[in-house]
Amino acid sequence: MTLAHQKPSETAQTEVPEGHVRLTIDGQEVIAPKGELVIRTAERMGIVIPRFCDHPLLDPAGACRQCLVEVSMGGRPMPKPQASCTITVADGMEVKTQLTSPVADKAQKGVMELLLINHPLDCPICDKGGECPLQNQAMAHGRTDSRFVDRKRTFPKPLKISTQILLDRERCVLCQRCTRFSQQIAGDPFIDLLERGAQQQIGTSETAELEKSASHTPDGTPFQSYFSGNTIQICPVGALTSAQYRFRSRPFDLVSSPSVCEHCSSGCAERTDFRRGRIMRKLAGDDPDVNEEWICDKGRFAFRYTTARDRIRKPLVRGEDGELHEASWPEAMRLAAEALLKARDGKGIGVLTGGRLTLEDAYAYQKFARVAARTNDIDFRARAHSAEELQFLAAQVAGTTPEHVSFASLEKAPIVLCVAFEPEDEAPIVFLRLRKAARKMGTRVAFVGQWTTSSVRKTSGELLACEPGGEAAALDGIAEHAKDIVEALSAEGAVILVGERAATMPGLFAAVQRLAERTGARVAWIPRRAGERGALDAGAVPTLLPGGAPVTDAGARAALEKLWRLPEGSLPAEPGRDTAGILAAAAAGELDALVVGGVDPDDLPDPRAAREALDKVGFVLSLEMRPSAVTERADVVLPIAPTAEKAGTFRNWEGRDRPFEVTLQNTGAVPDCRVLDTLAVEMDVDLFTQTPKAARADFVRAANSVTRPAATPVEAAPEAEQAKAETNGHVKLSTWRQLIDNGSLQVEEPHLAGTARPAVLRLNEATAQRHGIVPGEPATIRTERGELSFPAEIADLPDDVVWVPSRSPVGVYEALGVGHGGLVQLSAGTAAGAESAEGPAGETGGAA
Amino acid sequence: MGMLDPIKGFGVTFSTMFKKVVTEEYPEVFYPTAPRYHGRHQLNRHPDGLEKCVGCELCAWACPADAIFVEGADNTEEERYSPGERYGKNYQINYLRCIGCGLCIEACPTRSLTMLNFYELADDDRQKLIYTKEDLLAPLLPGMEAPPHPMRLGDDEQDYYVRGPELARQAGQDRQSSEVSAQ
Repeated sequence: MTLAHQKPSETAQTEVPEGHVRLTIDGQEVIAPKGELVIRTAERMGIVIPRFCDHPLLDPAGACRQCLVEVSMGGRPMPKPQASCTITVADGMEVKTQLTSPVADKAQKGVMELLLINHPLDCPICDKGGECPLQNQAMAHGRTDSRFVDRKRTFPKPLKISTQILLDRERCVLCQRCTRFSQQIAGDPFIDLLERGAQQQIGTSETAELEKSASHTPDGTPFQSYFSGNTIQICPVGALTSAQYRFRSRPFDLVSSPSVCEHCSSGCAERTDFRRGRIMRKLAGDDPDVNEEWICDKGRFAFRYTTARDRIRKPLVRGEDGELHEASWPEAMRLAAEALLKARDGKGIGVLTGGRLTLEDAYAYQKFARVAARTNDIDFRARAHSAEELQFLAAQVAGTTPEHVSFASLEKAPIVLCVAFEPEDEAPIVFLRLRKAARKMGTRVAFVGQWTTSSVRKTSGELLACEPGGEAAALDGIAEHAKDIVEALSAEGAVILVGERAATMPGLFAAVQRLAERTGARVAWIPRRAGERGALDAGAVPTLLPGGAPVTDAGARAALEKLWRLPEGSLPAEPGRDTAGILAAAAAGELDALVVGGVDPDDLPDPRAAREALDKVGFVLSLEMRPSAVTERADVVLPIAPTAEKAGTFRNWEGRDRPFEVTLQNTGAVPDCRVLDTLAVEMDVDLFTQTPKAARADFVRAANSVTRPAATPVEAAPEAEQAKAETNGHVKLSTWRQLIDNGSLQVEEPHLAGTARPAVLRLNEATAQRHGIVPGEPATIRTERGELSFPAEIADLPDDVVWVPSRSPVGVYEALGVGHGGLVQLSAGTAAGAESAEGPAGETGGAA
Repeated sequence: MGMLDPIKGFGVTFSTMFKKVVTEEYPEVFYPTAPRYHGRHQLNRHPDGLEKCVGCELCAWACPADAIFVEGADNTEEERYSPGERYGKNYQINYLRCIGCGLCIEACPTRSLTMLNFYELADDDRQKLIYTKEDLLAPLLPGMEAPPHPMRLGDDEQDYYVRGPELARQAGQDRQSSEVSAQ
């Protein structure tokens, strides 16, 4: 008793800090910051008030009324119980929750009874059953039986509001978490409250048409949100479920394991739930520093590639008959090691790692290249790339940490300038942060791009429109045409974000650096793939050692030789070739073997040349999960583990390490680092990367033993000076990949694929008129190599510029041979001659 | 030890010969169990042959011995196994684990899972004692049709449950179905 009395009196004596108030909850005095919601203060004290609509990351709504408490101000009680999720703390407030107030308790019980009136109580067939807040609270606080005797309101169910998201309106308690999420967080208000009174419901269109046109909003815009899966996770009942997880399992079947998303470079925390060795679903993990509580649909739903029927589980060796045959690990290793040793002593080996490796695996690849293959011919960039980009990465990106630029600093920045970067498609969680920053902190977001994309619109962004390829000039001239942006960039905390597309534009990185130097803004590079940043820091590039030291640095080489116990002078000193250089050398017979990780030739600027190089080179070793254009041409294929079956670390774009443990144990799949370690042993070299843990320890030692040189200015590539090519009636092509397209990690996900944005060709009205193109009707772009057709859509692009998605579904590089900034011919209608269209499309289909 | 003790012993033996025998001549003579004996499980059907199981896994949840494995799946209009949205695609009971407690049948929300009196659950092969859905499903009675087929007795699953007793009487099997065993 004395103890209980002491506590409040102590609080009573303590001074109330500036900006705080003193109030009482259930008889306990507490000091809370002004503006805090009562429900949150109670939560901090360990008093749980039941709630459905309240979510800490959404604006308060007070929709479900489950959190009613009794409140009195200065001794005067409020006439009715108040919703604690909408009322903020005030000085002298006295709050009584259901624990101490019979009034609050009765009010909550009443609300619960009303919520259950129309609830179908179909828990046995509901996906939420077993982890349902409504179920839990009804069991804990609800009545044992219903007094409601009339017919319940029913709706046809389930309603497909997209191919992935299913809506069951009977179960809904109208808490509006999903609609608030869509409006506030994602900016895709595709669902909203419809009707009134007892007929009030969540919907997407006029109720009359709901059944048929549910996936269309009234103005005909199809429902697509890259973040729709989050509404399922935050739904406090089973009203929103996913087609993918529907009826697959129950919470008690599932083993949950924390994991990290393997798709983009944000490195979101996830929770992977699996049952009997199969992943059933992924949920967003809670990491306030990175993804808060959200993930994109790709991260949530694209995981069935690990159980794809065609997954390679045993080593394959190309036999005499030219076909791949299953082989034992020792046999495959011996054959690979023999061929690689011969190639090393011959003309050499090139190593292409692909951009999806963990830090540990990338480290093992580079060590394999430098120690076992004795070459610097290693590159992680399986996409358009340039020497200028590499220089920029070495100077500005390698070795940076979240202290440089992080998710949090995006929120604090006065302005964020996105250059050649479409956040919603390339790093959706960065987009969510930018939107939050713009919405809540008043951050200005500016884009150097071609048209007002949904990223621009939803971040209230400003578009600095330029021609594709003209980005560098736009940045250089920014002081004249957008003086206010330069001024804002000069303020403390301003950030410039550069996307991977910048590598396709000569001179852009140099221009970015010049702008950063002029204004003092910080620059961050956001690649599209999860492994790129880690691979850069691990040294899987032709010019850098692990830790960011250049390969030409004799001191760094000596330190690594000592650390790796190599003879002095054995590390190659000459900078190696980049991806294009390696492929060109392979095609020209200057390399005898290629070691290829997860590389898809269609991502490269010249897919045909890449395939040709793979065909021509003497020996190809492929480390792959599923058959690909590389395994088709490989002599030995070694299967490797997908992310869920190995441990490792993704280093996200901030430079933050995102370590994860094995989710599915004992599947027999081995990570790249172990395969390479064993292969190196066969080649009589020790890499000491048997396990991700060992590889990581080795990486940390290596990174610490070298010093990164001071940043050097980026030299613009010579092409930057080239005179403007004669357009000759051509139009310029702007292109990037959409989030959901034909990526190899999105196979066997029909429901996810259905939520992809439609592939359209965008152009402005004047250009459309000039070429006789009608919106909605097909339009075709062509080069000498081939042609592509998409339905046309009008957008605010500059004159004579068209935009198409890069791989939805056909690869632009493959079909046209040009990428972002390239020149194409534009015409109305589908491909002119159906026969001529067959060519490129057919070939691409074969390769994909 | 007295002199007559051996004879006493024979006396016990001799007198036992005339007592009623408690030995059961199993398996030659098969005695029925008590009517509510917890024997083998059965997955019941609606009168038109659709399965009652909705794959909700509540039986697996209730099972203290972790003997039941269920996987649910979606019914489609083309391929319907039960009324409503969901059916049990995969259903297994491991009789090496089952302790016959009957919590599963109490948990079943659709009366799909019930227990028969059949108790001959022994084998020399562990694999054979994992009963799958085919082993557990009730036999098709007259008037029943093997799923998948559309709902014959109503427009939605409500009709099956609300009118369930009536439908069963119509099919004349409200008593029969409980008597059908796996013999």
